[in-house]
Amino acid sequence: MQTYLPIAEVSVNGYLLLGLGGIVGLLSGMFGVGGGFLITPLLFFIGVPPAVAVATGANQIVASSFSAVLAHFRRRTVDLTMGSVLLAGGLIGSALGIVVFNYLTRVGQVDLLVRLCYVVFLGIIGALMFIESVNALRNARKADTGKKPKRRQRTWVHALPFKMRFRTSGQYMSVIPPILVGMAVGVLAAIMGVGGGFIMVPAMIYILGMPTKVVIGTSLFQIIFVTAFTTMLHATTNQTVDIVLALYLILGGVVGAQIGTRIGLRLNAEQLRVLLAGLVLVVCAKVALELVVQPADLYALSEPGRH
Amino acid sequence: MRHWILILALVLPSLAAAEEVVLGLSRDTVSITTSFDGSDILIFGAVKREEPIREQPLEVLITVEGPSHPVVVRRKERRLGIWVNTDSVEVDAAPSFYAVATTGPMQQVMSQTEIQRHNVTIDRAIRSVGAPMNISNSQDFTDAVIRIRERKGLYQMLEGQVSLDQQTLFRTAIDLPANLTEGVYVTRIFLTRGGAVVSSHETEIDVRKVGLERFLFKLSREQPMVYGIMALAIAIAAGWGASTAFRMMRNG
Repeated sequence: MQTYLPIAEVSVNGYLLLGLGGIVGLLSGMFGVGGGFLITPLLFFIGVPPAVAVATGANQIVASSFSAVLAHFRRRTVDLTMGSVLLAGGLIGSALGIVVFNYLTRVGQVDLLVRLCYVVFLGIIGALMFIESVNALRNARKADTGKKPKRRQRTWVHALPFKMRFRTSGQYMSVIPPILVGMAVGVLAAIMGVGGGFIMVPAMIYILGMPTKVVIGTSLFQIIFVTAFTTMLHATTNQTVDIVLALYLILGGVVGAQIGTRIGLRLNAEQLRVLLAGLVLVVCAKVALELVVQPADLYALSEPGRH
Repeated sequence: MRHWILILALVLPSLAAAEEVVLGLSRDTVSITTSFDGSDILIFGAVKREEPIREQPLEVLITVEGPSHPVVVRRKERRLGIWVNTDSVEVDAAPSFYAVATTGPMQQVMSQTEIQRHNVTIDRAIRSVGAPMNISNSQDFTDAVIRIRERKGLYQMLEGQVSLDQQTLFRTAIDLPANLTEGVYVTRIFLTRGGAVVSSHETEIDVRKVGLERFLFKLSREQPMVYGIMALAIAIAAGWGASTAFRMMRNG
């Protein structure tokens, strides 16, 4: 089932796209991540122009996050106040990201930037996650030694001004750190075509000290708006959102996500984390290799005004 | 219009050339639909002549040229261990598609002066006004355009792919790849003898997106706001639909 994508202007096998969306959905259901960090490089591999892959990736994340956040709303694990503050930062970051993205598209370095971002962020996150979950697995095997839960510490984060109360998270803190975290994720969303959950979740736990149970719902809540905003910006400034491509990915993705959630429930949380970390590192290595190994052709074409 | 020309050509005795092309195309429009996966175009025709066939054999050369656009060619260099785009050259106009099909080897079919006069070959079809001062070997960049597009099937050199029967009937098939650009594809047919052009004919093939493809593409360019909102609406609806559908399946 060959399908011609009207914006990407390439013809791709529709089943391949459904499968791709399905696999990414499966993983996002299993691990609770948006899967944007996988879908964008995968789209590069099948020949979708990078600018279209990034913009359409953002659109696809809107769908998967929306589907997931509904479940979190039902469980009341979304901190709307915190989400809104993060969102304010996210929108600023996203707008900045688009400016950077468009500038680099003009000078021909956007490919490099996107790839470098992937290598750096996936490398750091993958490695941290891997080390942590391996340690956790080892500790678990040593049986419960009765470790006392650590009391949340007051850090520099709590010394900043403009404090606000975040009821669902049980926090009373300055709005500056969440805004900065939101901005960072917004920039990444625009440049990498990802939701940024893999940055947001650790940042919320370790920097903002939020309880783990509200982290994923809140992160999803703000990701919907940031990726929706990014989609609009890409659609209006670059015209690179491909609805047909997005539709295939979304259809595959939503089905995959539901199956993934089922599988995820049967697996041990720590094993799941090791698997996810391994996956992140593999994608990172693949992208890194392409930067270092001499390309088959040193020349590349781009058509200004198109992509 | 083409029919009129054809009829005129049949009715009026040849005014100038002794040999003329009567052309047929398997189709003069190519529609890019949702299921578009490349297309074959059959170009065929006959040589109409008012005189006996001459001793020296006739040769046929056919070109199909897609719309031209400027292209930026970038070269990668190793910087700090990674491959980075460094030099770039803008080629002013390069056809998005170019195929040359002939009855025999190029130098036998058409002389160098005729090739230059009619800009027949791929390298003649690419216009490059000049590279920036700091780039010495700008020819490498033009060559790269040809090499990369040949690999994608966008530039095709089909020597000996035109069959010519009885010095009169000719035909060839041009394979249009799936990654085609919209626009008017100019098709030229040259009849040559001893390397010199004795007659030529030009027609157009219209390649356009149709139906849904056309609608979405136009919407994305003319109403990007509406298009963006539509993309989001689809995403939200799909997300909500999936969540509801699976919840119902779980409960029921």
